[in-house]
Formats: sequence, C-alpha cells, structure tokens
Amino acid sequence: MNWLDTLVQGLLLGGLYALFAAGLSLVFGVMRLVNLAHGDLIVLAAYLILMITTALGINPFLAALFALPVMFALGWVLQTYLLNRVLGEDILPPLLVTFGLSVVIQNVLLQGFTADSRKLAAGAIESQSLPLGPVTVGVMPLMTLVTAVLVIVVLNQVFYRTALGRAFRATSDDMVTVQLMGIQPQRVFAIATGIALVVATIAALFLGTRSNFDPSIGPARLLYAFEAVIIGGLGSLWGTLAGGLIIGVAQALGAAINPEWQILAGHIAFVAVLLVRPRGLFPRAND
Amino acid sequence: MTLLSITDLTARYGDFQALFGVDIQLEPGETIAIIGANGAGKTTLMRAITGIVPPSGGSIRLQDRDLTRAPAPEILKAGIAMVPEGRRLFPSLTVEENLLIGGQKRQGNGFWTLARIHELFPILAERRHSPATALSGGQQQMVAIGRALMSNPEVLLCDELSLGLAPVVIKEIYASFPMIRQSGTAIIVVEQDIGQAMKVADRLYCMMEGRITLSGRPGDLSREAIHDAYFGVSHA
Amino acid sequence: MTQISNLTQSRSFSFALIALLAVVMALLPFFAPRAVVQDLFMILALTVLALNWNMLAGFAGLVSVGQQAFVGIGAYTAFAGVILYGLDPLTGVLIAGIVAMVLSIPVAFFTFRLNGAYFAIATWVVADILRLAFSQWKAVGGGTGTSLPKGTTKDMLGVQAIKDALDVSSAAAADTMLYWLVLALALVTLVASYMFLRSRMGLGLQAIRDNVNAARSVGVDPLRLKALVFLLTAFGTGICGALIFLQLGRITPNSAFAVTDWTAFVIFIVVIGGIGTLPGPIIGAVVFYILKRLLSDYGSVYLIVLGLIGIAIMLFARRGLWGMLKERTGFDLLPLSHRPPAAVQTTKEGALT
Repeated sequence: MNWLDTLVQGLLLGGLYALFAAGLSLVFGVMRLVNLAHGDLIVLAAYLILMITTALGINPFLAALFALPVMFALGWVLQTYLLNRVLGEDILPPLLVTFGLSVVIQNVLLQGFTADSRKLAAGAIESQSLPLGPVTVGVMPLMTLVTAVLVIVVLNQVFYRTALGRAFRATSDDMVTVQLMGIQPQRVFAIATGIALVVATIAALFLGTRSNFDPSIGPARLLYAFEAVIIGGLGSLWGTLAGGLIIGVAQALGAAINPEWQILAGHIAFVAVLLVRPRGLFPRAND
Repeated sequence: MTLLSITDLTARYGDFQALFGVDIQLEPGETIAIIGANGAGKTTLMRAITGIVPPSGGSIRLQDRDLTRAPAPEILKAGIAMVPEGRRLFPSLTVEENLLIGGQKRQGNGFWTLARIHELFPILAERRHSPATALSGGQQQMVAIGRALMSNPEVLLCDELSLGLAPVVIKEIYASFPMIRQSGTAIIVVEQDIGQAMKVADRLYCMMEGRITLSGRPGDLSREAIHDAYFGVSHA
Repeated sequence: MTQISNLTQSRSFSFALIALLAVVMALLPFFAPRAVVQDLFMILALTVLALNWNMLAGFAGLVSVGQQAFVGIGAYTAFAGVILYGLDPLTGVLIAGIVAMVLSIPVAFFTFRLNGAYFAIATWVVADILRLAFSQWKAVGGGTGTSLPKGTTKDMLGVQAIKDALDVSSAAAADTMLYWLVLALALVTLVASYMFLRSRMGLGLQAIRDNVNAARSVGVDPLRLKALVFLLTAFGTGICGALIFLQLGRITPNSAFAVTDWTAFVIFIVVIGGIGTLPGPIIGAVVFYILKRLLSDYGSVYLIVLGLIGIAIMLFARRGLWGMLKERTGFDLLPLSHRPPAAVQTTKEGALT
C-alpha cells in the first residue's frame, strides 16, 4: 500500500464530506437546529441537477447553476413554513419533523425516480488526472476539495465580514435582543437554511459526478456530515472542514486495509476523537 | 403633538397581570423618568412598548402610528429603540459590530453614526475590535446606549442604566445625556435610583404594583409624595 | 376528592380493559388463521419497540435514532446461540436481552457524552458501527447473513404441546408460540413501564424532563436515572429483536440493524399515538398497521403518508392521537399525571431572561 497516495485520496474524499457538512454546520451555528433531512436534501439536489441536465441537455455544472436558486428557495420555504414552527427549547419536535421530512423525501424520490442508481455525466473531465509530485490525483476529486475550501472561506467571510453574518451571529447569541435591532430571527433562519441548501447543491453536484446515487443514500451522507461537524466542534466552519478531512482520511486508510472497513474506519475515528475531546477539535468559545 | 402616547395599557404573563391601565405621555425632545421598586412593572412596561411582551389591552401610539400589537422589529423601525436591562450585548460580536447591528435596519435622520458614537464615548473607538463582553460593565453600558442610538430613534428607552455600576461610572454614563437630547431624541429612563432620575428628567412617573401612582415635574413633587408613591406607605 | 376517585376509577377501568384485551388476544390463535397471527406478531413486536422508545424519548428525554442496534444485537445473539452453541431458542432469547443490556453500557458511556440532538446522531453511528462489525462475523454468515437451521423453532420448548392442543402444523404451532411470547413481552413491558413511571424513580424521571435543576435539588440524579432507562430499554429491545428474527428465520446485518424498520417506524408509531403517554405507542401501532394495509398496493406511499402524518402531529398536536382523544373526552387510560413535551413558541419569547 502506498501511504502517501492513500492519504491524498483520503483528503480528497474528505473535501466531499466537508461539502456535505458545511451547510449542516452553518444551520447548527445559527439556530442550533439539527437537520436530519440534510443528507436527503443533498440527494434531492442531485436529482434536481439530473433533471435539469436531461431536460435542457446541458452539462451538470451549468445545470447546478440553475438548481442553486431553486434550492435556496426550497430552504427558505422549508424554514419559514415548517422548521420555524418547531424550533424551541424542546429538541424533540425539530428532530422528529426533520426525521419525518427525511423519510418523505427518500420515498418521494423513490416513487419518482425508482431505486435505480443514477450518475451525473460530466464528460471527459471525469477521467482526467494530474500528476502532483509523487502521486496522481483525479481532476474531479481535486476540484471537490478546492471547492470545499472555497465554500468554507466564503461562508466564513459572510459570517464574519457582512451585515448578514452579523445578524447570523447576533441571532444565535440572543434571539430576543436581536429583535430590538429590527431583525426578525425567523427571516435570518430562513436565509441561513437557504444558504445551507445552496451549499448542499454544490455538494450534490460533486456527489453525483463522482459516484452513483439513488434515493436511499441520504442518511449515510448525513452521518458522515454529522461526524465531520461534531469532530470539528459545533459552530466552527474551519473545524467542519478539518472534521471532513479526518473522516475522509480515516475511510481511505480503512479501505486500503480492507475495502469492507472503509465506513467502519470513519465511524471509529469519530468515536475516538469524541472520547478524547467531547466538544470536538475547535469548539466555539461561548457555547 | 405628543410624540409617544401610552393609554390604558395592560400586560400580563399568563395568569399574572403585570400592568394595570398605565397612561404615559412623552413630548418631543422631552426626557421622562419612570421610577419604582423592584417588581413595580417598569421593565414589563418597557417590554410592552418595544413589542417583546405584547400588551393585552390599551394602546401605544408613536405620533399618529398605532404600534400597540406590532412585533418588536417593526417597533424599532418605527423609531423606538431600547437599551435593555442588563445591557444584553451580543457576545459573538465585537464592540464595533454591536454598534453597527444597532443601525442595520434603521438609520433615521442619520445623525448618529459610528463616528458620533465614538465622539460620545471615546473609549469605544479605542476598544472597537474587542469582543463586547471583554469590556467593563460601564463600557458595556456605553456600547448598549450607542447600539440603540445607531438607529437614530425618535424615542430612546433606557432600562436601569445604573444597575450594578459604581456611582462614578453612572455619572459618566449620564454625562452623555445632554448630547443625546441635543440630537432631538426623546428619552424614557427607568430607574430605581430616585436621585439620578430627578436629575435627568423633565417629568417623573412613579410606578407601584403595575400602576402609575404619581406623576409630575421633579420640582413640583415633595420627597414625601415620591416616597409614598414608591413604597406605598402612608404618612397619615 | 372527585378527581382522586375519578383517577382510581379510570385506573381500575384501564386494568380491566387491558386484561380483557390480553385474554382476547391470547385466545386468538385458537380461531384466527395463521396469517392473522403472523400479522399480529409484527404489530405486537413493533408495539414493544415503541413502548421502549417512548420510555427513552418520551420520558427520559433520550432521543435515540439507534435502537436498531439492540434489535440487531438481540437477533444475532439468539441466532449465534442456536446455530453455534445449539441452545434452545427460548434460552437464546433471554441471553439476547442480557447481551443487549450489557453492550448498552459501553454504548451509553460513549453516547451520553453528547447532548440532545447529538446524542441522536451518536446512537445512529453506534448502530451503524455494529451493523458493519456484525457484517464481519463470518460464523453467522458475514455480510450476506444466515438462516436458522430447518426446524429450529419447531423444536422449541412448548411447541409440541401447542401442536397437539391446537391440532395444527408444527410451523403454525411455532408461530403461535412466538406470538404468545411477544404478547407476553408486550404486556410485561407495558406493566413494567407503568409501575416504573409511578415509582419514585419514574416520578423523578418525569421531574427531570420538566426541569433538570428542580429534579437535582430534590435529590434525583438525572444521569443515573437516564442510564438505567437506557439499560432497561436495551434489554427489552434486545429480547424483542431476538423474537422478531426467530419468527423471520433469516438474518442479515442490513435487516437486523435496519434504521427504517426498527427505528423510523417505531418513532412514527410513538409520535402518531402520542409521545410521552403510555397508551400512545399502542394506538400508534394499530394506526401504523391499518395504514400499511390500506396502502399496501402503492409501494412506499405509506411511508410518505406516515412521514407527513408525523410532521403534522408535531406541528398541530404534539400529544398525538391519544393526547387529542384525552383532550376531547377527558378520559385517560393508565393516568400518570404528567405533561407531554411543552410546545415552545419561538415567535414571541415571553421574557428577555
């Protein structure tokens, strides 16, 4: 086994997991909401891109551009008409509602698209690779990782450099006082979930171009994403990226030893990190 | 024309009634103080005016606008800003960001800007990049006042500015009032400190058990009358 | 006074009703066809899982999405006992419960480090770890699973007697035996839950749910109580898992550790019936079964309907069908005198504190 190659492939895979996790991390950071339907929403976005690709006969990258505003609107509507109604002290209602949503999305997709696995055809770029020092990396996996880093950078900029980000942080701090600033928490939450689904759409693009997907794969993606978020520390976007990379590397190492151990190795890394650091690697100071 | 008129206002938390038919008038440019002991209903009144606790009866009008059941963000946009009890700064935001968020949804006549707030409280310019909660209590109070001013409100509500602060710090805080008054903002201060209230206010309202028990100009009210209205003891 | 006597009356009425129902259900195999007995077996098994999950989420505040872990452990323990050690299936069932409970200790040690929603994810991860780990156990078939040796359940203790008494095939007699076992398990779980919830510990548990600090100040240790509930429900869930897979006769890691079958359905059953109420899971199981039968010709549509009903219940009637019924009629089966999860309004917070 080539250790360096395994490590690099793991980091590249981790980029995908960081993309799965970034939206989840944002939503948790802003409103302490754990969205159990996040994985299924990513899969939904992948089907949306697929539909646009086939309907307009265009490249999935272009199709994703059309999917982004649709998914933003979906997030906005979902938050405004469903999730805002169940957010509160009691964690049970939001958990059960997003769990219900997860089952509904999965089975609606199953009804609409059957259980057959699909793929987004990105063309020649899929098989292209670059020599990078002693290892060779695929162009698509590299793009995934670069995109993940960019997404985290942009989200951080939004979070810490814009009026919207101020509203995100202030609302997360104190939902009542922020209303005295003329800010409606419900609207802030709706925008946050909209952005989370935009990121989910980007994740879906790379998920769908890299591998097959079918309506049932959402919950597994959700688990990887959650592991990344929790390992990184709740509410820290850079932590989420680190968490994604750790899960990716652990899975790649596990797979290198025995292909059946890939997922198991990721889970075990998660458990190991939490046993040592229950609050994750980069916990936010005032939580 | 009266700037803010509160008529027959009642408010309740579930079965507990906290305000009983409160009437308050605020004229343009005026500063009034509402005094009363703990539990007299002062803070509930502030929360009712700002829409955090919706009133159960009566009315709140700002000039000719009825704000009685408007949600809190609408009330800020209409021109009523509050410095809440306990300051309630946003710990994730820096000093400057706390100020900026105050003016995010309303700039009013634009008199109060970051620069003007820094002029009013120079220390806030120095500490602009510190996390808001790293400041001393008095400095935090300055941030809270500045944050409310950033929306250039018609009416500024100050809930218990002096709570938990040393006398010298309280003096420093109230020293900012002349400039605030100059900017044209009318002010309602809620105070437990009667002496401080009498110094800054054009008129006083005394509250007890959810009712206004006395009102008038500080010069016209005797110490005994205020004492009675405050504590509810009779000197018969 | 009238309230107290009402409570006592409704309590005696509840016991009478449940006893009657139990007797009718126990006698069912004597006149109902085998298919009905098999159907009822599955409803009862889901009811047992629902009663256990309701104890966790509805009373102890432990929203687990990983109870399939204990179904799987129980099922695999029973299969291993029968296949590898030649145990009687009944002994295997009992050991299944014990193994599930013992393994729940390290699981609790890990998952209890996380709060609320993250506890839910952690339990799910643990269940997935177990699914993958059991896929590696070649002696019981690894990833492709295995079947019970032919005739295992027919040789089970008591099956011969049933066969003679009812004059049926030994397969039907085995079904009857398993049906009676799961019926007994459901009754025991219901009665044990009731007694536990009305005990000092159970009242402490409900106090914790309503206010952690208040409970602590009257001398209830929330962590220990929650851990106890976690262990006990792992026991019940493990036994139930063993019974389910003895009935099915075939096991794979994916079926034994299925989040949909053993946790999603169960969550919907509890939510629809009424979370935090004792009769809720029973009502929910009946509704679930009816829905499944009604929509059986439309593939996975019943799952969509189930999800939508679950969401609607959380939005409009958090106490579920049982809560609605109770509100309308004022009648309560198995009254515990406590409140369901509070509906917290986020639009207008009452206070700044």
